[in-house]
Amino acid sequence: MVQLRDISMNYHSAEGEIAAVSNVNLDVAKGEFVSIVGPSGCGKSTVLSIIAGLLQPSAGCVTINGEQATKNCGQIGYMLQKDHLFGWRTILSNTLLGLEIQKKKTAQNIEYAHELLEKYGLGEFKLHRPHELSGGMRQRAALIRTLATRPNILLLDEPFSALDYQTRLTVSDEIGGILASENVTAILVTHDIAESIALSDRVVVMSNRPARIKNIHTIDICRKDGSRRKSPKFAGYFDKIWEELREDVRG
Amino acid sequence: MSGDRGRWSDEHNCYLKNIKQKKILVLLCQLLFLVGFFGLWEIATHLGWIEAFIFSSPSRMWRMFLSMLSAGELFTHVWATAAQVILGFILGTILGTVIAAMLWWSDFVRRVAAPYLVVFNALPKTALAPIIIVWMGNNPRAILVTALLISVVVTILNMLTGFTSVEPDKIKLTQSFGASKLQTFTKVVFPASLGDLMTALKINIGLSFVGVIVGEFLVAGSGLGFLIVYGSQIFRMDMVMMSIIILCVMAAVFYQAIAFIEKRFAAWLQ
Repeated sequence: MVQLRDISMNYHSAEGEIAAVSNVNLDVAKGEFVSIVGPSGCGKSTVLSIIAGLLQPSAGCVTINGEQATKNCGQIGYMLQKDHLFGWRTILSNTLLGLEIQKKKTAQNIEYAHELLEKYGLGEFKLHRPHELSGGMRQRAALIRTLATRPNILLLDEPFSALDYQTRLTVSDEIGGILASENVTAILVTHDIAESIALSDRVVVMSNRPARIKNIHTIDICRKDGSRRKSPKFAGYFDKIWEELREDVRG
Repeated sequence: MSGDRGRWSDEHNCYLKNIKQKKILVLLCQLLFLVGFFGLWEIATHLGWIEAFIFSSPSRMWRMFLSMLSAGELFTHVWATAAQVILGFILGTILGTVIAAMLWWSDFVRRVAAPYLVVFNALPKTALAPIIIVWMGNNPRAILVTALLISVVVTILNMLTGFTSVEPDKIKLTQSFGASKLQTFTKVVFPASLGDLMTALKINIGLSFVGVIVGEFLVAGSGLGFLIVYGSQIFRMDMVMMSIIILCVMAAVFYQAIAFIEKRFAAWLQ
């Protein structure tokens, strides 16, 4: 479904050139949830921006369903660290933003946004302003905003890192649940090892800059039944991934 | 927030009462200052501390006000100034915002224009008023252009700062939906900068007044600026002082109108 072939990315500035990503190859199947973990500043987010077509890679290509990734393909949903709900819009009109931009604000699509809001507990907050909602609810609203455009693939760039720890655990489980039940293909970038194991089918471990793929772990714990964090295998995965990451983390 | 006082503790009621009392005290002192100022002025002229012919006095201004009001000419002058200020204010804000939007659009044009904007901003625009009058002729249009020139540069700089300081991630979000540059502007950049627009409005109303009065000083005809210059030339200080008092009242009214608009937008801007 999503294919990354030999992706490399260099950043240029007056001070010089920085190789951010080097030779990344990755395939993500339909309905699969893949996490990318790596030391901070390693270029994980760059990979997402390239998949979204917001950045042009220095070398290599990205295809989504066999098509070259471009900015305007409308196949992508992007979730960022902060919810970025617009204060001047109600929750409902925030969730319709993507549809408005893509000129797909049909009665049917609006109905779908309503359904999502109802289904995920924001029904009575439709006409509220974002600042009236809790951090977790806002992040859910942000997710619905991306889901409303029915993206083929969802890119999550540390979407929980702005939340406090307790909220973060709840919200990541909630959002994981929503993604599983909507059967969305997703790529999550995070520095939280536990989060990546709890949510994904595969965890990609990246090296320090320039980011290369060090290893890919297939997480063999059932995703559907509740919290994976309780599984006995959880700690094993955690240790293995941490071991690989530790070599690259500078204190 | 409900008016249900019974639910609050005595301590809280006391706190609320305190706030209310302070508010009343401030208002009272403000009023006292105003009455004291005019009262002292009046008394000083009566007791001969200052010369009423040069300093005028509240009672003389009031008589001047009544006579000009009954002659019907006062309204013409007030309206001439008010209309120019409002027009200059609106046009300056719109033009400044449009130019700022164009500069936001093109990084290249923005960089080329930057030093000129800085110089033009620092330049006292009133210095250009005589040139404008020569070019545009001795008519109200010259006054409007003077007012426009003064408010437009500040608007450009204010709005441009607003436009360029929108969170990059908000823009990234809209672009991930495939937004065009125009959509990025209308959906995020402009609405996110409305706070800066409010600031620009507040500054502009004052600047627009400056422009119009300076214009009226130079282009004889009508308006409060004309009354001030004319009055001082024929040594009718009552006329000059009265015009200035009217200007004060007008400025307060316009400022309040903008504060009202801002209040209505406050919830929206959060």
